[in-house]
Amino acid sequence: MDTESTYSGYSYYSGRSRGSHRHGERSRDRHKPRSKDSRSEKSVTINTPPAEPLLGDSVVRGEQVQDDNWGETTTAVTGTSEHSLSQEDIVRITKDLEDSVGLDCRRYFTLTLAVILGLLVFLTPLAFLLLPHLLWPEKLQSCGTACEGLFISVAFKLLILLLAVWALFFRPPRAGLPRVFVFRALLAVLVLLFVVSYWLFYGVRILDSQDENYQGIVQYAVSLVDALLFIHYLAIVLLELRQLQPCFSVCVTRSTDGEMRHYNLGQLSIQRAALAILEHYYCDFPVHNPALLSASKSRAAKHLAGLKVYNVDGPGNNAAAGLAHSQSRAMIAAAARRRDTSHNELYYEEAEHERRVRKRKARLVVAVEEAFTHIKRMQEEEQKKAPGDVMDPREAAQAIFPSMARALQKYLRTTKQQHCHSMESIQQHLAFCITNNMTPKAFLESYLAPGPTLQYSRDHWLARQWTLISEASVTSGLKDGSIFVLKCADFSLVVTTKKIPYIQMSEEYIDPKSHKFVLRLQSETSV
Amino acid sequence: MSTYTPGQPVTAVVQRIEIHKLRQGDNLILGFSIGGGIDQDPGQNPFSGDKTDKGIYVTRITPGGPAHEAGLRMGDKIMQVNGWDMTMVTHDQARKTLTKKNEDTVRLLVTRKSLEDAVKNSMGSYPRQ
Repeated sequence: MDTESTYSGYSYYSGRSRGSHRHGERSRDRHKPRSKDSRSEKSVTINTPPAEPLLGDSVVRGEQVQDDNWGETTTAVTGTSEHSLSQEDIVRITKDLEDSVGLDCRRYFTLTLAVILGLLVFLTPLAFLLLPHLLWPEKLQSCGTACEGLFISVAFKLLILLLAVWALFFRPPRAGLPRVFVFRALLAVLVLLFVVSYWLFYGVRILDSQDENYQGIVQYAVSLVDALLFIHYLAIVLLELRQLQPCFSVCVTRSTDGEMRHYNLGQLSIQRAALAILEHYYCDFPVHNPALLSASKSRAAKHLAGLKVYNVDGPGNNAAAGLAHSQSRAMIAAAARRRDTSHNELYYEEAEHERRVRKRKARLVVAVEEAFTHIKRMQEEEQKKAPGDVMDPREAAQAIFPSMARALQKYLRTTKQQHCHSMESIQQHLAFCITNNMTPKAFLESYLAPGPTLQYSRDHWLARQWTLISEASVTSGLKDGSIFVLKCADFSLVVTTKKIPYIQMSEEYIDPKSHKFVLRLQSETSV
Repeated sequence: MSTYTPGQPVTAVVQRIEIHKLRQGDNLILGFSIGGGIDQDPGQNPFSGDKTDKGIYVTRITPGGPAHEAGLRMGDKIMQVNGWDMTMVTHDQARKTLTKKNEDTVRLLVTRKSLEDAVKNSMGSYPRQ
C-alpha cells in the first residue's frame, strides 16, 4: 500500500481551487476510482437503486467502484454485515439456545410459586369465615349487625388488597436477573410464615374447640386482612420507595470508544443497579458502531508490525518469562529510538476525513431539501376535485427517495453508518416524516448523528444477553467504590460507584432592610 | 507621601505655595481642580501612592493660571490651606475652604513624592549618625 503509485485525490481539488497549499501532499489511501466517482457527480442522474438492501452494496458488489476506504475493510473481520455470520454470532446463538431453556424454567417456577402464594393469601380469610358455617352450623351464634358490618369491611379490604397486589406485582417482567431478588423472596417468606401462623392458631383454638362466637372469628379474619395490607405497605417501601432517594453516583464507561455517562442511583443491590444502568444505556448511549474502531486497530497493528525481534542467543538460553521480558524491552527501546511519524498521518487523515464528511453532508442537505420540494400535501377540497395521481405517504416516499438516495448512501458510507440503516427503514422514516409535516432538516437529524440503540431496528440489538461480572456478590448492595462490568458480545460497560457525600447545610438570615448601598464617588471640583 | 497609621502623627515633606486669586467677573478663581476627600472613593485616585489615602489632591492645573504660576503641580497633595487641615476633610469642605470669598490669597502646604525623594537623597549622602 505504501509503495504503489497512487493518484493523489488532492490534485483534483487543486485543479478546482487555485492556490491550494496542499497541492504537493499525497495521501496513501487514495485510489484511482475516486476520480471516476467525483466526475460522475457532476451529471444529474436519477436511477432507482437496486432491489437488494442498501447494505448489500458493500458485500455483493465488492469494493471496486464506490468504496473510498477500501484499505480498511479488506482483511479485518468487521462483523458489521448483515449477510455474513461472524464467529461471535455463532457462539452467541448457541449460548442463547442453551440458556433460554434454563431461564424459562426458572421463570415459570417462580411464577407458579407466586400464584400459589397469592391464592393462599386471598382464600385464607374467606376460609376462616366459611369453615364454621360448614363444620358446626348449629352451634354457631347468629351474626348480629356489627358482625355483618365487618363482612363489608373484609370484602372491601380484600378488594383493595387485590388491586394493590395487582398494581405492584403483576407487571410484565423486565429482565431475568442472575440471582433471586432478595427482597421479594424475604417478603414471600414473611407472608407465608404469617399466614401459616394464623392458620395454626385458627386450627388449634377455633377448629378444634369449635368456638361459637362467630363475631370473634370474623374479627380474627379482619385482623388477618389488615395485617396483610400492612405487609403490602412494607413491600412497597422495600421494593419501590427505598431506592428512589439517590445515594450513589455511578459512572458508566463503554470499553470500546470511551463513551461515558453518569447516573444517580439509590440503595440497590448490584444486580438491580446493573438492570437500571442497562435500561439507561439503551436510551442514552449512542449506538455501538464497530466500523469506527477499525482505524485505531490498524494503527496499533502498524506499530507492532514495524519491528521484528530475533533472538540471537539461541533457544533454551533463558526461561520463557525472561525471554518475553527481554523481547518486549527490546521492542520498547527500538520504538523509542525510531522516528515515529504516525501522528502526522493521523492529523492529516482526520482533517481530510472531516472535510470529506462536511462536503458530503452539504450535498446531502441540498439533495434532501430539493427532494422535499417535489411533493406537496393536498388539502381537503383539492382531494375531492383531482382524484388522479394521488399518493399515500408510502408511495410519496418511494417517489422522492431516488433523488436523494445516492447522496444519503454516500454520506452514510463516509460516516460508516451504512449498516445501521437499511433502505426499507429509510423509506419508512421518510414516509413518517412526510405524514407528520416534518422539514427536511427534521428528516435528516436521525442520520447525521448516531442515536441511542433503541432507535435502530430490532435486529441491530446485537446484545440481548448481558453478563454481570463482579467481585462482590451480586445480591449485595452498592457500596462506595464498588466496580463491576457488564459484558456483552461486542463490548463491555465498566461501572464505578461513588457515594454522594453527606451535605451539611447551615442557614444565614439576612434582614431585608440590611441591603444598603453607597455611591463610590470621585468627583473633581475646579476652584 | 507618607502612609497614614491611625493614632500616629502624619509627617511629610511639604512645600509652601502662596496663590493669589484671580478675579474673573464675579468669581475669584485659583486655576486648579481638586479631587479626593473622606467621603470619596480613594481607590480611584490616580495620583496617590497609597490607594487608601483620602486626602485632597490636585487633579488638574489650568496652564497659565494663578496656581500654575505659584508652583502648584498636578498630583500634589494639599495638606493645609491657610492653616486649616486638609488631610481629613470632605470634598465639599475642601472646596469651601479654598473658595472663601473674603480671602484674596491662599497659603497651601503641599507635598509630593519628588520632595520626599529629594530629601531622602540629600540625607543619604551624609553618613548615618
